[in-house]
Amino acid sequence: MSERKATVASSSGLHARPASLFAAAAGEVGVEVTIAMDGAPAEDAMDASSILSLMTLGAEHGSVVVLRAEGDGADAALDKLAAMLETDLDAV
Amino acid sequence: MQSFPGVGVSPGRITGTIKQMPRPLAEPPAGEKLAAGTDAATATAALQTASKAVQAELQARAATARADAKAVLEATALMAVDPMLIKSAVKLVNAGTSTERAVWEAAEAVAAMLVNLGGYMAERATDVLDVRARIVASLRGVPAPGIPSSDQPFILVAEDLAPADTATLDPEKVTALLTAGGGPQSHTAIIARSLGLPAVVAAVGIDQLPDGTEVYVDGAAGTITTEPGEAERAAAAAWAANSSLLSVFDGNGTTADGHLVPLLANVGGAADAVKAAAAGAQGVGLLRTEFCFLERDTEPSREEQVAAYRGVFDAFPGKKVVLRTLDAGADKPLPFLTDATEPNPALGVRGYRTDTSSPGVLERQLAAVAEAAGGSEADVWVMAPMISTPAEAADFAAMCTAAGLKVPGVMVEVPSAAVTSESILREVAFASLGTNDLTQYTMAADRQLGPLAALNNPWQPAVLQLVRLTVAGALAEGSGKPVGVCGEAAADPALAVVLVGLGVSTLSMTARSLAAVGAVLATVTLKEAQEIATLALSANSPAQAKDWAREKLPILAKLGL
Repeated sequence: MSERKATVASSSGLHARPASLFAAAAGEVGVEVTIAMDGAPAEDAMDASSILSLMTLGAEHGSVVVLRAEGDGADAALDKLAAMLETDLDAV
Repeated sequence: MQSFPGVGVSPGRITGTIKQMPRPLAEPPAGEKLAAGTDAATATAALQTASKAVQAELQARAATARADAKAVLEATALMAVDPMLIKSAVKLVNAGTSTERAVWEAAEAVAAMLVNLGGYMAERATDVLDVRARIVASLRGVPAPGIPSSDQPFILVAEDLAPADTATLDPEKVTALLTAGGGPQSHTAIIARSLGLPAVVAAVGIDQLPDGTEVYVDGAAGTITTEPGEAERAAAAAWAANSSLLSVFDGNGTTADGHLVPLLANVGGAADAVKAAAAGAQGVGLLRTEFCFLERDTEPSREEQVAAYRGVFDAFPGKKVVLRTLDAGADKPLPFLTDATEPNPALGVRGYRTDTSSPGVLERQLAAVAEAAGGSEADVWVMAPMISTPAEAADFAAMCTAAGLKVPGVMVEVPSAAVTSESILREVAFASLGTNDLTQYTMAADRQLGPLAALNNPWQPAVLQLVRLTVAGALAEGSGKPVGVCGEAAADPALAVVLVGLGVSTLSMTARSLAAVGAVLATVTLKEAQEIATLALSANSPAQAKDWAREKLPILAKLGL
């Protein structure tokens, strides 16, 4: 299982438009990606392509989250999604 | 040619094709199981198809939407196919629950979770429930809830329309409103007048007409007919030609013989105020301050209030602006102020009465009003809603004085205030008749109930008598204190003439109605208005009062009002 940590850069946190953009991207990377708040148990991690799950995660601007995936392409997928989280998607 | 007579609530003569508002979706019965002969796999496939169809529809709408609407639509499109939502629904289907019921319960759980998180998340719960309704509608093969989308303009028809239904109403697409239920003071009437759309309510059977039927609508006469012919098309063309005449008010409300009747606007905030000033309003007769407080868990700060009120005052330098203090309760609940468990909200702790149960809010509002007024050039008057006794009026006047506000007044909407207006006017500087609620209380008829629409008619002779009594009390008090009208009644040109005849000194209405009221008022002398008022008072019914008044005002038929 590969992991990446990322700090949420969007000024509104992982809500609204940033959550839409991120969920859509997570659905297209070809591997299943989970997301959890840093420090939360891995079993509680949520589906990163579920906008509803992202909303209930409650990640604010500056929160650290952990992305996990496995299989072919997992690392590339995680790099891409982590980079997305660390951009201010509200400014896009 | 079929005819659907109703109550005309907003003038205009047009032809157009209709689209029915989809019926609200009924909840699938609790415990509903998969239909016999349907296996979980088939049901799951149906769910996937429906959710993808909803996603596609929402994405299509997002593509043509404005920026802020676009983001919301894109997010809700994603919700329709959300893996967490679909997984929970599928789990229920696999356990034997019907597809519709599975979606219903899965979405209910997600919405509840979001509500628990509070704030922004709680607001998204409505989006989840909207998506749920769309998926269930798709599974049932019925139209999705909400205003139908259409490439062409259409006439919207419904059983009745609620504020939530009309929030997204686009006047470029919807050209008239027709309802089978509702009444003259219903939400449909209010929104139609504020958007300038012809509207007819209480037109029994109109909600059974098939989509695409062409009709002719006369929003003043209250007539709807199918198969419009030459006469109807000509009338619609004449209306279109004349309506530019009726859209300009010269800013000088007067009778034919020069008796001045300032025509003011009812506004809900700075944006409304600016439009009203542009439309020629001679001031604001009702500034509804709830706009500052709605959709909030807590009281707005002093700075927020000052800025909000100043925005309105600055639109009318040198002119009168009458601000109504917070009117919460009944159809306008505020979580931090009103008790949602009251058995009779209309008769409950609302308006001015909330000062007893939640002291301080009113005091702080008055301080904010005084600060905003101090920094502006408007002539600011302040009035309290739901005043029922002279003692309340005196208390309110004292609070205004303490805040440095010079012109305190009261709304007359509780019948006790109308019949004791002389004593009440000893304590304050002016009164303003809130005819919507006055009618409700006088006729003991809940404004929000369709079956009572006929009673909730401001032409009811009893209501006109109370207007007369209010003015009589003001005259008896002896200081010439003015009595104005700020309810919907003022926007009806014929009724406006009656009110002026009864001695009302100012009329405040939605800005769109200024030109029509101004045009009609200018055709009668004060004496003629008084004669028409006497006639209306002697009628046996609202219909008779209205007919007798209209007969004396030939300008109405001429202008298509």
